[in-house]
Amino acid sequence: MMSDFSRLGVAAIRDGVAKGEFKAVEVAEALNARVSAAKALNAFIVETPEKAIEAAQAVDADRAAGKPLGKMAGVPIGMKDLFCTQGVQTTAASHILEGFLPTYESTVSANLWKAGAGMLGKLNMDQFAMGSSNETSYFGNVISPWRRNDGSNAALAPGGSSGGSSSAIAARLCPAATGTDTGGSIRQPAAFVGISGIKPTYGRCSRWGVVAFASSLDQAGPMARDVRDCAIMLEAMAGFDPKDSTSLDLPIPAWEAGLNSDLKGKRIGIPREYRLDGIDEDIAKMWENGIAWFKDAGAEVVDISLPHTKYALPAYYIIAPAEASSNLARYDGVRFGLRDLPEGAGLQDMYAATRAAGFGEEVRRRIMIGTYVLSAGFYDAYYTQAQKVRALIARDFDNAWASCDLILAPTAPSAAFGLGEKNADPLSMYLNDVFAVPASLAGLPAISVPGGLSKEGLPLGLQIIGKALDEQAVLNAGLAIERRSGFVAEAAQWW
Amino acid sequence: MSVDKDTVNKIARLSRIAISDAEADKMVGELNGILAWVEQLGEVDVTGVEPMTAVITNKLRLRDDAVTDGDVRDKVLANAPAKEGSFFGVPKVIE
Repeated sequence: MMSDFSRLGVAAIRDGVAKGEFKAVEVAEALNARVSAAKALNAFIVETPEKAIEAAQAVDADRAAGKPLGKMAGVPIGMKDLFCTQGVQTTAASHILEGFLPTYESTVSANLWKAGAGMLGKLNMDQFAMGSSNETSYFGNVISPWRRNDGSNAALAPGGSSGGSSSAIAARLCPAATGTDTGGSIRQPAAFVGISGIKPTYGRCSRWGVVAFASSLDQAGPMARDVRDCAIMLEAMAGFDPKDSTSLDLPIPAWEAGLNSDLKGKRIGIPREYRLDGIDEDIAKMWENGIAWFKDAGAEVVDISLPHTKYALPAYYIIAPAEASSNLARYDGVRFGLRDLPEGAGLQDMYAATRAAGFGEEVRRRIMIGTYVLSAGFYDAYYTQAQKVRALIARDFDNAWASCDLILAPTAPSAAFGLGEKNADPLSMYLNDVFAVPASLAGLPAISVPGGLSKEGLPLGLQIIGKALDEQAVLNAGLAIERRSGFVAEAAQWW
Repeated sequence: MSVDKDTVNKIARLSRIAISDAEADKMVGELNGILAWVEQLGEVDVTGVEPMTAVITNKLRLRDDAVTDGDVRDKVLANAPAKEGSFFGVPKVIE
């Protein structure tokens, strides 16, 4: 019987290959064809069908030879274009890195290849991961496979910054993809397209070879169509790396084997500060459903307070641009990437011309904000104050853990919005990350799982935040929701 | 605190980003909008609070002071937009 390989997740492909029900190469061929036929979504910047086939052939050969297979053996995935891939163009979706061919492989992608995964291609994203709608890519907007049920066919945002990842998974071009999360960039896009995505504890996944945005926040994680697939892929991605000074030197738990949706004895905190005035009706309803599902799973639901919540976004929009302005200083037109050398220009003019031509508008804006808040005379008022507030936000979570084990909140304040609807004012776009940013600032693991549909028929995401290093509890709670939400909706194919 | 056009031009210079006059005008409004919004952090009482330096407690590792990498000149130069022999090429910096 021919399987429709696009319907299989990570676990199903891995198990089917291991049992010999089908060959890894068959899966790779089927998904290569789907990727190639889905250009209308603009989810991929570069397609690498030969890489997917090569990895699959190696897995098939290993199986034939009776060798042990890796955790992701035979699973073709998409790789966010923030991860350096040796010999394959890596751009962070920016013109300034167009044509850049890394001479090395990021630790996370190397871990995935070692586990037997193959690469379908490099996924589009917001430029340097700065954005919440995938409208800042130099390579064009990514389109969500979802459409509203009003017949308007308006092109919707797949979320950001990992919007190529979310769009490709929801459109079943790949069973899973890497994402990175600096202030919600895994969770918000996962919520917008009805898939799951987990940002692990800061330091679980190596940042080595990942194009840097804000180093104290950047954390890689998996995105997939269910919680088990996220657990499998996170195990393959994570691990200590001596090349990243903030990498955690801890063993990686067997998250997949530890999955258990029984939440008896768990206390779930509902942060009252997340109940914003004028909260979207659909979001409020989904949140109530989530609370009921947790109770049904045996958990005790408690009210908690995270008093500094409203300061998380403004603190983030000082800290992240400050770190970005420093990290992005390396794009100078000398060592790699674009060079713009106007006639007769000196070195300083070359830097300025190169960076003006190479960085997109949002990236230039954030570099300038970061430069300003770090400049002499303003550093203490902005940057130091923001880092103090960040300490208070982390303390809020520490205090909350006295009365709960997990926190349940919406992932985003709304369903997916239309492309172009929010980009006139940078601030209104920033506000989309209001529920996602606090966990990022505190370095905590957090997952988004589908929680239902809006009145317009669009997916909504529930977020579960856990204690540092307790990814298992976060995954288990995600599984408990998955088992109860009955979320099976998918985007009808139009692309 | 708010910024004027001179300040925007100064920030652009510090950022090594060339901006046109029209861009500077536009940026004044945008930066002031964002700065006015982040200003609310000033109302938080941070008495006795140390600025955060690490989200997860982690000891800074030291490694042996030994060569562990190197001899990769050609790889380092592989993506240079301009190179001469084994050097990065840049415009003349000394008149």
